[in-house]
Amino acid sequence: MSEMYVSGQSGIGRLIQALAESGHAVIGPVIRNQALVYDEIDGVEDLPKGWTDLQEPGRYRLEHRGDEKLFGYVVGPASWKQYLSPPEAVVWAGTIGTEGFKSDPVPEPPKYAFFGVRPCELAALRILDNVYTSSNGLPTVAGYTATREKAFIVAVNCSDPGGNCFCVSMDTGPTAKAGYDISITEVVHNGNMRYLLTSGSETGAEVLASIEGLNHASSEEVEAGETVLARAADMMGKRLDTEDLPNLLKGNALNPRWESIADKCLACANCTMVCPTCFCNTVDDNLSLDGEHATRTRKWDSCFTLGFSYMHGQPMRESVGARYRQWMTHKLATWVDQFGEMGCVGCGRCITWCPVGIDITQEVEAIRRGDLRDTHIGVGGYV
Amino acid sequence: METLTDPAVIDQMTPIPFRVRSVREELSHTFTLELEPPDGAFEFLPGQFTMVYAFGIGEVPISISSSASQTGTILQTIRRTGAVTHALGRLKSGDYVGIRGPYGTPWPMDDIEGRDLLIIGGGIGLAPLRPAVYHALENRDDYERVVILYGTRTPDDILFEKEQRSWGDRTDLSTLMTVDAADRGWNGAVGVVTRLIGRVGFDPANTTAMVCGPEIMMTVTAERLIEGHSMAPENIYVTMERNMKCAIGVCGHCQFGSKFICTDGAVFPFPEVAGLFDIKGV
Repeated sequence: MSEMYVSGQSGIGRLIQALAESGHAVIGPVIRNQALVYDEIDGVEDLPKGWTDLQEPGRYRLEHRGDEKLFGYVVGPASWKQYLSPPEAVVWAGTIGTEGFKSDPVPEPPKYAFFGVRPCELAALRILDNVYTSSNGLPTVAGYTATREKAFIVAVNCSDPGGNCFCVSMDTGPTAKAGYDISITEVVHNGNMRYLLTSGSETGAEVLASIEGLNHASSEEVEAGETVLARAADMMGKRLDTEDLPNLLKGNALNPRWESIADKCLACANCTMVCPTCFCNTVDDNLSLDGEHATRTRKWDSCFTLGFSYMHGQPMRESVGARYRQWMTHKLATWVDQFGEMGCVGCGRCITWCPVGIDITQEVEAIRRGDLRDTHIGVGGYV
Repeated sequence: METLTDPAVIDQMTPIPFRVRSVREELSHTFTLELEPPDGAFEFLPGQFTMVYAFGIGEVPISISSSASQTGTILQTIRRTGAVTHALGRLKSGDYVGIRGPYGTPWPMDDIEGRDLLIIGGGIGLAPLRPAVYHALENRDDYERVVILYGTRTPDDILFEKEQRSWGDRTDLSTLMTVDAADRGWNGAVGVVTRLIGRVGFDPANTTAMVCGPEIMMTVTAERLIEGHSMAPENIYVTMERNMKCAIGVCGHCQFGSKFICTDGAVFPFPEVAGLFDIKGV
């Protein structure tokens, strides 16, 4: 196990400073428009000290905690995918001439430090890495890969899980196991805010070694951190039973439950926008007024829109029920066939940000209760 | 011209300029582009497709309709349906289109040597099958009987009609054609293409069928071959279509159950997708 350091909040400030000084744009949690999102931070004073987020199905509120915690909340509507595969990104631009087209130069990818990545979000990054590396080993989205490779990851373990969290069910948290350069655990020890820091990579170890004023953690402090995280695992707001889940969903494609979800679902696409792993996109082609310069812009898309499946003048997924089924079945079942793991990390964003509070964990339970696989009703044949 | 070659930096959505050598009107809404690759050769397998980009307008998945042994130019047969295909239809010799690819799974030509080939096309679905026909004819001794069945809406909608008639004149293959609705000049068969199946000779136990057309036509055809002729489902191949945007398994648009049609297909052994046809809106 790598060296465990301990510091107060000033040490966290020096870490942010060190990352900025080594050329990173440091992105971390900040409050904007009464929500926790990710944006560039200059120091520890930009972090949402003393705030927490109350999350229920369809409900999100920020509240003062009454303490000095820097990380006493979970995840808001933003996720790191917005920096790696932005909502809109030019993937190609070029000029047409008599000899075909000439490509514009490709811009240098940004160098980010992601500060405050939660364990479920580390899992989301690993899942996206799989999606964005094609079978021939080349990146399917070059911008993602180039940005991802340069990114420095500071993970923050979760001491205060939210009302819609179920990372324990998905085995993605509340403790970061891999995929970070540095991880932080926040503990209140003898009435003081203490931060346990450890490295998960050589670069992370070098950065930690370079920061002044960090002490080696005592065994008592290490134990305090372990206690906080063990307790957090018992504080999940939600639970998702993953037992035989892919087969359950694939075998219930004709379950009437999909249509009753559709009665509530607004097909607004919020769940797919806030999901840290939803990757679907479309390409928007544009032409300059003189007809000589063209851009190809990749934009986030959602399987909840009618246009997503449009072909030959009609949508293939016309009913909202078919669209919800596609989303949930993909996330929890067919994703496993495609990428070897589920596409859900248990962050609960889709539950919180659903305007009508549809809860994926409850919907799985409803399908499980009304499982049609052993009935005479044709259940549809996913392969 | 700037050379951008590092595959880690160049987005796979980058179109490669191909020069239009000729444009041929096939039917009232269908045309074929003959395209020259920039480096003189374009390797592909029968059944594969490319993403064809109309500069600044957009990109569409189109199967290659020429012989895979002719790499100097490729043919892509396109029906005018939306903004991109209409823009492609306005191109003239000397213009440029962008091409990405080839993409997708091919017809299983190598795996089915020594068997009877039953090639069944509906409408413009003959275009992706034509490279399979060419391959069979260029390697005629590798296969037993070669049968081509074709159905389309009216006598005015027969794709590659002259060429299909010339195939009909050959003694080393059988062709039959049908239309849904005939006019007074038509003296051929009328009705759906499945009706032709019983009218040709093939050995169901030693036959591989390759089917391309509307989904309903492919499912009905496959059912007929399985139930009416005792063909094994795994010897039937179909090709699927969705409005794919990327062709590299990352845009999500062409998901069909667990499959990405662009990378797992577009040619599928029928059992891989059969169950999904029964679920509306998969």
